[in-house]
Amino acid sequence: MALKLNQSEFEIHRDEQKCISCQVCVRQCSNDVHEYDEDNESIISDNIKCVGCQRCETLCPTGAIRIKQRESEFKYNYNWSPGHLKNIYKQAETGGVILTGMGSDKPYTIYWDHILFNASQVTNPSIDPLREPMEIKTFIGRKPDKIDLYKSSGKNMKNPVFLTNLGPQLEAEIPVLFSAMSYGSISLNAVKSISRAAYEFGTFYNTGEGGLHKDLKKYSESTIVQVASGRFGVDKDYLNSGAAIEIKIGQGAKPGIGGHLPGEKVNYEVSTTRMIPEGADAISPAPHHDIYSIEDLAQLISALKEATEYKKPVGVKVSAVHNIAPIASGIVRAGADFISIDGFRGGTGAAPQVIRDNVGIPIELALASVDIRLREEGIRHNISLLVAGSIRSSSDVIKAIALGADAVYIGTAALLALGCHLCQKCYTSKCNWGIATQDPYLTKRLNPEIGARRLYNLLTAWAHEIKEMLGGAGINAIESLRGNREHLRGIGLSEKELSILGIKHAGEAW
Amino acid sequence: MQGRLGKVKKIFIREEFCIACRLCEIYCQVEHSKSKKILKAFKEEKDLISRVLVEEVGFNSFAIQCRHCSEALCVEACISGAMIKNKNTGIVICDENKCVGCWMCIMACPYGVIKRNISEKKVASKCDLCGDEEYPVCVKNCPNEALQLRDI
Repeated sequence: MALKLNQSEFEIHRDEQKCISCQVCVRQCSNDVHEYDEDNESIISDNIKCVGCQRCETLCPTGAIRIKQRESEFKYNYNWSPGHLKNIYKQAETGGVILTGMGSDKPYTIYWDHILFNASQVTNPSIDPLREPMEIKTFIGRKPDKIDLYKSSGKNMKNPVFLTNLGPQLEAEIPVLFSAMSYGSISLNAVKSISRAAYEFGTFYNTGEGGLHKDLKKYSESTIVQVASGRFGVDKDYLNSGAAIEIKIGQGAKPGIGGHLPGEKVNYEVSTTRMIPEGADAISPAPHHDIYSIEDLAQLISALKEATEYKKPVGVKVSAVHNIAPIASGIVRAGADFISIDGFRGGTGAAPQVIRDNVGIPIELALASVDIRLREEGIRHNISLLVAGSIRSSSDVIKAIALGADAVYIGTAALLALGCHLCQKCYTSKCNWGIATQDPYLTKRLNPEIGARRLYNLLTAWAHEIKEMLGGAGINAIESLRGNREHLRGIGLSEKELSILGIKHAGEAW
Repeated sequence: MQGRLGKVKKIFIREEFCIACRLCEIYCQVEHSKSKKILKAFKEEKDLISRVLVEEVGFNSFAIQCRHCSEALCVEACISGAMIKNKNTGIVICDENKCVGCWMCIMACPYGVIKRNISEKKVASKCDLCGDEEYPVCVKNCPNEALQLRDI
């Protein structure tokens, strides 16, 4: 066998004084890093197999293991980084596309971290959310151009009748939804955790393109069913079993790229849910082959609305690309009720690294430009704007809403709550945390009762923080913050960046 | 399994969530060691015995410990009166001072959860639901809540 040129990414430090050879690490590693040597009654670890998921470190009862990023031994070269060398060595060995998982980790500007939020002082009072009502409930769907009320004269004047025909709306208790992660790309226990948490909290989760498993139908009022290019598991029953429908055009991590669920992951349960043969590759084409224009999209939206008798909002998910603003305008005009935009840092179960790290634009800029464009065209109220692509904290949520979003989708943050350690090896199907795998030995590791509880806690914590921040700014309803850019200031940004975001620089007053 | 007086607690096994990490066994050994300290117990003490057993075939696994049966065969089989079922708590306990190490309880136990302790005097070693602890250590330390203590 020819020489392999790659180095290990991680170093496994085992404190022999603390190691009791209990073999928990041996049993927990799906990559076979640790091996028990019966002769010496000790454990030997192989650095090169380690993916850095830290499962062993987390479960070690004595804290004997530490996984450390290994400093590269490659000769320093600013131009030829260790990443380039490793990829070239790997490709020279295999001849394949470099795959990766989760969102891009490249050091592009994170605009959230260059935006500051406002607070009240003297001239307007701040509000204490623990003592005063604070509304963060969010309605997603097309809003009417104007509101018609019938006011009768005389005694009934106090009870006007609402005449406007309001389209279907989703009512979320928090402007945070769980983004599309299909059953197949993640385990059923992971989907169960997410769906139960959404149901119990009163928000929504998205099925992704993998169809709806029969065990999840009880959470249908919290489900957004997705229709993607593969049309897996889509029939009239599926469309009607959710609260809303989302047409998936693209995904932030891999704009313009389809999906491929390898046949090994298509077990009996996945195959029945996706309505494809067991063991068959599930291939989502790059485009929808019936959508080559906005007009085609309008036809599909109409077809889906017909199929659901105009009772459910229909949205369109696109990835943030260069022309996102006019594309969004087209989507509004095609009749969508909401649009989901996924930024280039959005996660994925598998994507070519070259696409993930080089294609698309940041969600902050996409969101701001879409919001401004739709306002200029006078059609912003016709649509709800959902954004995704690395919403990491409640402050990201607040900033997104002030930049014009109606709500955000969280995917990676939700998986982190379930135990994900961002090792980015989702595509190997060996997820030690029982999330991105279908191996029954590994999926057992995620108890959906624990998972749902943790996600519920996360939403509760974020809701508290959002209320605190709103209160500090003197706002008592999230509706009042939507698109309220005066509450944002940029820091360390250029004139151009500020103008795209539509915000002033820190230090600039009204 | 109702005790004659009051409620009894029992450990429930949820095999669909057992991940075969065997941390229950490790913490059981520590709890029943002399030092009750994990490093000291494993490094210095000998013949640690776990009273909970993880059974494993393929990806199916579960941890089992004494079921504290309402009609405990080990109690009936005991020739020295060491194996006693507490009528209030429902817990079956082996009084190691009385135990003569005849292993009849082991022969009688349908679950195979009584172990031989031959480190000093021969005695039968079995789950005591961790005596006065609020939760048995196997329940407390299961990372996936595959073991649960419930009232009956």
